[in-house]
Amino acid sequence: MIEIDKLCVGYENKKVIDNLSLNIKSGDYICVVGPNGAGKSTFVKALVGLKKEMSGKITLKKNLKRNEIGYLPQIKKIQDNFPASVYEIVLSGCLNKLSIKPFYSKKDKEKAIETLKKLNILNLKDKCYTELSGGQQQKVMLARALCASDKIIVLDEPVTGLDPTSTSDLYKKISELNKKDGLTVIMVTHDVETSLEYATHILNINGKNTFFSTISDYLHNNTCECVESEAFNDTNI
Amino acid sequence: MIQIFSEMFSYTFILRAIIVGLLVSLCASILGVVLVLKRYSMIGDGLSHVGFGALGIATVLNVAPLKIALPTVIIVAFLLLKISENSKIKGDSLIALISASSLAIGIFAISLKSGVNTDINNFLFGSILAMSKSDLILSIICSILVLILFIIFYNKIFAVTFDENFAKASGIKTNIYNIVISVLTAVTIVIGMRIMGSLLISSLIIFPSLTSMQIFKKFKFVVITSAIISVVCFMIGITISYIFGTPTGASIVIINLIVFIIFWIISIIKRH
Ligand SMILES: Nc1ncnc2c1ncn2[C@@H]1O[C@H](COP(=O)(O)OP(=O)(O)OP(=O)(O)O)[C@@H](O)[C@H]1O
Ligand SMILES: [Mg+2]
Repeated sequence: MIEIDKLCVGYENKKVIDNLSLNIKSGDYICVVGPNGAGKSTFVKALVGLKKEMSGKITLKKNLKRNEIGYLPQIKKIQDNFPASVYEIVLSGCLNKLSIKPFYSKKDKEKAIETLKKLNILNLKDKCYTELSGGQQQKVMLARALCASDKIIVLDEPVTGLDPTSTSDLYKKISELNKKDGLTVIMVTHDVETSLEYATHILNINGKNTFFSTISDYLHNNTCECVESEAFNDTNI
Repeated sequence: MIQIFSEMFSYTFILRAIIVGLLVSLCASILGVVLVLKRYSMIGDGLSHVGFGALGIATVLNVAPLKIALPTVIIVAFLLLKISENSKIKGDSLIALISASSLAIGIFAISLKSGVNTDINNFLFGSILAMSKSDLILSIICSILVLILFIIFYNKIFAVTFDENFAKASGIKTNIYNIVISVLTAVTIVIGMRIMGSLLISSLIIFPSLTSMQIFKKFKFVVITSAIISVVCFMIGITISYIFGTPTGASIVIINLIVFIIFWIISIIKRH
């Protein structure tokens, strides 16, 4: 679905992601892990077209367009009193289908409602976004991402600030979408344990120690990886 | 009451001011929602001062004020936007600088020409007599353009205002919409400035949206109600100014202030 070849991205002259190659197939559930500041968000931004690659190439296949990737940005405080209803926000997920049309079609509106139903938040439809709890807000953001695409979604730390129940709730929903609807999922998370439970692949971004593997390979090699990363940290100090 | 209205409308200059004022109130209030939410309201304030400077220069050169003010303010709006995108330069202090300089240039220019204070007064605080026939036509065309563009781009403007990154990832050229917003604002300010005065026009942008945000929590409702609030306040304000002979701009702003306080109190009561 997406082929990433020797990708380098960064800021000004500093490379954050250096020479990363991997292949994302339809139906994959990839967890992106790594320490703070490693470049997970940067990688994801390159994927959805928010950041230009410095070198290397991201090739989208199977008629996938850049703007057909559902994106849930890493939490950024939306202004306290922004007046916007849940429905307005979820519907704006269909933005990529507008192109030069000024208004959303009936199909877009149905899709927004459908997605709200799928995530069990139809009751929040007319609520004001900023008056929701953190967990409810994240679900709305997920709904918006799902409206943008039913092929592939990219989630940047979707469970930040959620209580354990809402967290496992959200994970289950995402996993369900992946298994039932064949949705390709790329999720940045700090929660390695759950990644192992649901994901098919793991992408560890950590400087020179970056690797991409299937979950079973990862579990198999886990012990050696730990040793390696400690050695890496030592040289850093 | 009806008698007062029919009397008011029988004066061509008041009729002109009402037509332009209503259109400007509409444009300013809907653009205001976006500007307030994007924290761009200071830009509106800065632009109105630039408009004053441009009016002053137009007086000296003896050309139609709108012909100089319109392009100048649009160019400055464009520059301010570029600067505020580049976070390394402090936007608000720069706006303060530009505001003061434009005021100074305007006052300097006007005093060169006439040495009389009426022009300064009219430009700063507005005058209901300001609209010539060609101003009227230009104003109507511009306002209708602003309204049509806002409606056409409504969904995209909402998305860009709410979450610029998501909009960008959806393939929207967010820069273009930011430019559209600031150009539309520039046009609205220049047109409204003649009646409202350059010191008061920015309140027409800020007040109605803040007022409606006290109570309404849905973007579409906020846009619609602030347009209604703005138009109603304008009509009440201009009528009062006619009856009591008070300055038009100031009367309208005071009505806006009163409505804001009422809405604010209602929102407090609602919360308890
Ligand atoms: N706008 C920016 N300008 C310059 N450097 C940046 C910018 N954003 C991030 N960086 C740098 O790029 C590196 C990677 O940042 P990134 O946000 O991708 O990290 P991350 O892995 O997502 O971390 P976290 O777990 O905290 O979200 C960091 O070292 C950061 O300092
Ligand atoms: Mg991040």
